[in-house]
Amino acid sequence: MDFENVLILIQKELRDALRNRWFLLYAVAFAGLSLALAWFSVSGAGSYGVAGFGRTTAGLINLILLIVPLMGLTLGAMSLAGERERGTLVYLLAQPISGAELLLGKFVGLALALSAALAIGFGLTGLLMAVAGGGGDFLVYGTLLALSVLLAVASLSVGFLISAAVRRAATAVGLALFLWLILVYFGDLGLMGTAAVVGLNVQQLLALALVNPLQVFKIAAVLNLRDNLEILGPAGIYAFRTYGGALWALLVGLLLVWIVAPFALATAVFRKRGVI
Amino acid sequence: MIEVRNLTKRFGRFTAVDDLSFTVGRGEAVALWGANGAGKTTAVRCLLNLFPYEGEITVNGLDARRQSKEVRRLIGFVPQELSFHDDMSVAETLVFYARLKKAPDGFDFEPLLERLRLTEHVQKRVGELSGGLKQRLALAVALLSDPPILVLDEPTASLDIRSREEFLTLLRGLKRAGKTMVFSSHHLEEITALADRVLLLEGGRLVVDAPPDQLERQLNWETTLHLYLPDAGIDPALQTLAGLGMPVSRNGRGVRVQVRPGAKGEVLRALHEAGLDVDDFSVE
Repeated sequence: MDFENVLILIQKELRDALRNRWFLLYAVAFAGLSLALAWFSVSGAGSYGVAGFGRTTAGLINLILLIVPLMGLTLGAMSLAGERERGTLVYLLAQPISGAELLLGKFVGLALALSAALAIGFGLTGLLMAVAGGGGDFLVYGTLLALSVLLAVASLSVGFLISAAVRRAATAVGLALFLWLILVYFGDLGLMGTAAVVGLNVQQLLALALVNPLQVFKIAAVLNLRDNLEILGPAGIYAFRTYGGALWALLVGLLLVWIVAPFALATAVFRKRGVI
Repeated sequence: MIEVRNLTKRFGRFTAVDDLSFTVGRGEAVALWGANGAGKTTAVRCLLNLFPYEGEITVNGLDARRQSKEVRRLIGFVPQELSFHDDMSVAETLVFYARLKKAPDGFDFEPLLERLRLTEHVQKRVGELSGGLKQRLALAVALLSDPPILVLDEPTASLDIRSREEFLTLLRGLKRAGKTMVFSSHHLEEITALADRVLLLEGGRLVVDAPPDQLERQLNWETTLHLYLPDAGIDPALQTLAGLGMPVSRNGRGVRVQVRPGAKGEVLRALHEAGLDVDDFSVE
């Protein structure tokens, strides 16, 4: 692995992200919505500063659950399939670089771009709260940003896998949107419905939730905010009692698995099919 | 310099390249010639190890499959489809690919830009360039690290006649400078202008491996010769050529003759000996 090549591709991916309309739209939308959320949070509290960070952080969790996976999945899905469709993938791989270098460079570049977009959104929101005099726990806020980055990169990794597997960018984006819908739906309504109809016990309910990276993020985010999971009902209480102090490691570990496993699979698929 | 042995590439049930073997010597220009779908582009992409294939390819003694990066360092590639990132400028494109090709620090782009007449376009976005300029940029990128081998996939397919002629002139210069070339084309005039050897592919299989001037003989092609003569000479020309057993017919201001490979001179000689003037002729 030639890391100089990887670095060159990371730099190019970052520059491309700044010129990518979708990326800019997502970044602006996320920053705008989180700012609006912060504004309403502090306004709703009657005056600036009352529970500003806590309310905003709680509100941000739902915003992140909707927007961040959408960003990661669609940008990942467009990446390889888009280059394949435009013919630039063939041309890049005709240069003295390996497929693994190309994939790693593109992935890390996009992951950094996504992280920067989230950091800007979080940063502006945090700045508004600070200016408004909101007292609060910056560590909790910072941890939420870190969890959001993990969720974004996990979604990107799944989008990358889709992109490696299909030929056309439109197909890849369509599949990514479909998966996003499934993950979002499966998060709350799907789980509740399944639990009610099939009669799942609490362990099965927790296991099903942990299969979904959005749910893993949600549990971690709530744990970050409240230090317990009672708000998530019996499955949350069960998780907290069963795993205790290891719950953080389990949740972060699961998000990391969602980053590494799809990317590794995408590399294998890409190697098998080549540039076509 | 390049050795291809029993190269086969299948896409599902479709065999794009079927048991293809050939060699290319140092400084030689070899054309892969054939109709669309003959397997030319697939063979070119296999040389660059762009997808899995069966068989063996070695370039300068390196295995194209196991040492693909080293092999690609020896090859400058000009693709059929102009596939740059359109939002990058010509300068950004050159710098990006120069870094990937490990061009030395402080690499002087000027001589290359001047040679390919790209200097005045260096700040333009690639998306603004004409097809001819993009193709010259592709050649500039291919030459960045001065590789000994150029692989070109239908390099003039998207060019008009004038741009094609300019591009062929550039390639002839590179050939004279000692570059080894493998290029695919379906233009016969491109092949005769550039190639030392022609590999004719049909359905992915090698049908003929011959120098361009022997193609007609090898393929036993009949050529149609259109001869334009003064009105008074048309009937005598018909009689003279028919008398020699040549399939001949009247054609507007002259005659049309079917000629076997390598026999075009016989027709002109026969008319000259019969004292008939030929104003002009064309070959089909």
